[in-house]
Amino acid sequence: MADSYNFSNTEYRRKLRIHSVIRLIVCILLTVISLLPIYIILINATRANADIISNGISFLPGTNIIENFKNMTDPSYANGVYYRIFNVLVGYRNSLFISISATILTVFFSAMTAYGLSVYDFKGKKFATTFILLVMMVPSQVVSTGFLEFMASLKLLNNYIPLIIPAIAAPATVFFMLQYMKSSFPLDIVEAARIDGCSEFRTFMQISLPIFKPAFAVQAIFAFVANWNNYYTPTMILVNGDSSMKTMPMMVAGVMGISTSTDYGIQNLAVVLSIIPIIVIYLALSKFIVKGVALGAVKG
Amino acid sequence: MQAATGRRHKMISYAKYGYIFIAPFFIVYTFFMIYPLFNTLLLSFKQNGSEHPEVWVGLQNYQYLLFGEEGNFAANSVQSKFWSSLGNTFILWAGNFVVQIILSLLLAVWFSDARIKIKGTGFFKVVMYLPNIITAASVAGMFMMLFGNSKYGVINSMLLNLQAILEPIPFINDVWISRILVMLIQSWMWYGNTMLLLLSGIFGIDPSIYEAAEIDGSSGANTFFRITMPILKPIFIYVFITSMIGGLQMFDIPYLLHEGTAVRPALKTAAVFIYENFHQVYNYGYSAAASMILFVITAVLGMIVFRFNADSTSAKKRKAK
Repeated sequence: MADSYNFSNTEYRRKLRIHSVIRLIVCILLTVISLLPIYIILINATRANADIISNGISFLPGTNIIENFKNMTDPSYANGVYYRIFNVLVGYRNSLFISISATILTVFFSAMTAYGLSVYDFKGKKFATTFILLVMMVPSQVVSTGFLEFMASLKLLNNYIPLIIPAIAAPATVFFMLQYMKSSFPLDIVEAARIDGCSEFRTFMQISLPIFKPAFAVQAIFAFVANWNNYYTPTMILVNGDSSMKTMPMMVAGVMGISTSTDYGIQNLAVVLSIIPIIVIYLALSKFIVKGVALGAVKG
Repeated sequence: MQAATGRRHKMISYAKYGYIFIAPFFIVYTFFMIYPLFNTLLLSFKQNGSEHPEVWVGLQNYQYLLFGEEGNFAANSVQSKFWSSLGNTFILWAGNFVVQIILSLLLAVWFSDARIKIKGTGFFKVVMYLPNIITAASVAGMFMMLFGNSKYGVINSMLLNLQAILEPIPFINDVWISRILVMLIQSWMWYGNTMLLLLSGIFGIDPSIYEAAEIDGSSGANTFFRITMPILKPIFIYVFITSMIGGLQMFDIPYLLHEGTAVRPALKTAAVFIYENFHQVYNYGYSAAASMILFVITAVLGMIVFRFNADSTSAKKRKAK
């Protein structure tokens, strides 16, 4: 662009080049800062406890990862404390079950709500839309005291229901879907389907849901990640210490709390195992995710 | 005859389907959000120290939390704990926001600069957003291992090997070092997210404005403060407020960043205060009153974003006309 304004003098060009080099260096530095903690944990997960204690930091992987894994899953190692607290398969199963169920409920019912609010005319529609906009910013955490006492009185503590069913009502996702419908859902389709004798519910399921697909993808990723990462709600709901119900973040927190017979290799491995699914998903879908962050935020 | 059928056709109303489609959302929201809010309000008027609070105490919980009571040791101690938790929340949030916003503004401006293209922008964005997606509990574990108090912590052992220090630094136990650590962890997690948000705002700016500024000989800093910042103001306010709302809920990292069983006092945020009062001592009244205070603050902040959202939508509508 600079050329067109006749800034062809070398002085200016050199200034630009120096700037671009500085910027590149800063970006590379930030890349290192972003990745280094993860890298060190990854390396330490492959090293034996004794190695970490006596040699400190290392940038080259060790050879002890299988041994660490064996010890972690061995009921007789360190009095079975790791075996009891961190059961990776059970953790994956629980977290996957909760996150997938909650994600499906969030995207399906948000699409349904958005569809109801944009296709039909009814009394109170404006109020309902404004209400959703209004409560979008209120995090569920601020009502946690009343929520927990209520769940306890319903005997729903130590149960997955309070972790999954509330996902049906996700105001921010509804808002996103509403915006999406406004821009890319032709209402004439509904009219055409009616003339062809298609029932309202079938129109929604078979005609509108496929159009929602791109919006689904983005919202599903974010809902899944948010549910997988949630630590606050599960620790408040799953309180009886039954480790067969615990989610992955709870197990990681448990492993970090072990203060006797600490094994740094195993602790590092536990952290690595807990973030692997998220990192795999991220690397596979990073393009959608990076685009989606801004999409969700600018709100139209 | 024909007129009659025509009229009948017009009379078919689809309104009931509207209600059917939005019903699940509102039923669930009422059950899991509005009633719990109401329940929190009720609990905040009840006596502490029981799993099934029955006795009404009016506004006493709020009074104790906010003002304490002369000569009442318990009330004054909970007051000082509550205020210190609010103070901690604010310190941790503010420190993290300053670092985060400076970094992300700088990056957003660089990535959108048409004169100086940075190679691999797409790659950098992906890498910089990565920390945001990792489980906060795992992040806490990760940094616990890196910044452990003992000489076996990664950073301590490295510094000891280099003989830069003689004694291991108590990263987690020291008041200010641990706070700065939490601020940096939070910034580490969120700068990529904020950068992407700001970037989406900058890309909305008409590039011809920048060209005009360049022709007029505007310097980089001048362009930034006179053109980029004013246009970025709405998204900047949005980022600021949403970050503040998120900051008020800060829990995972301050709560988990400790060795042994007790949360570090310097890191007890308002969310930790609510959690501990609820779970450890059955002080449902204090927990609920603190929740309500946070709710009011959040609601006020949320209204600002709502106003801003509504404004920008109506502005867009006006433009479209």
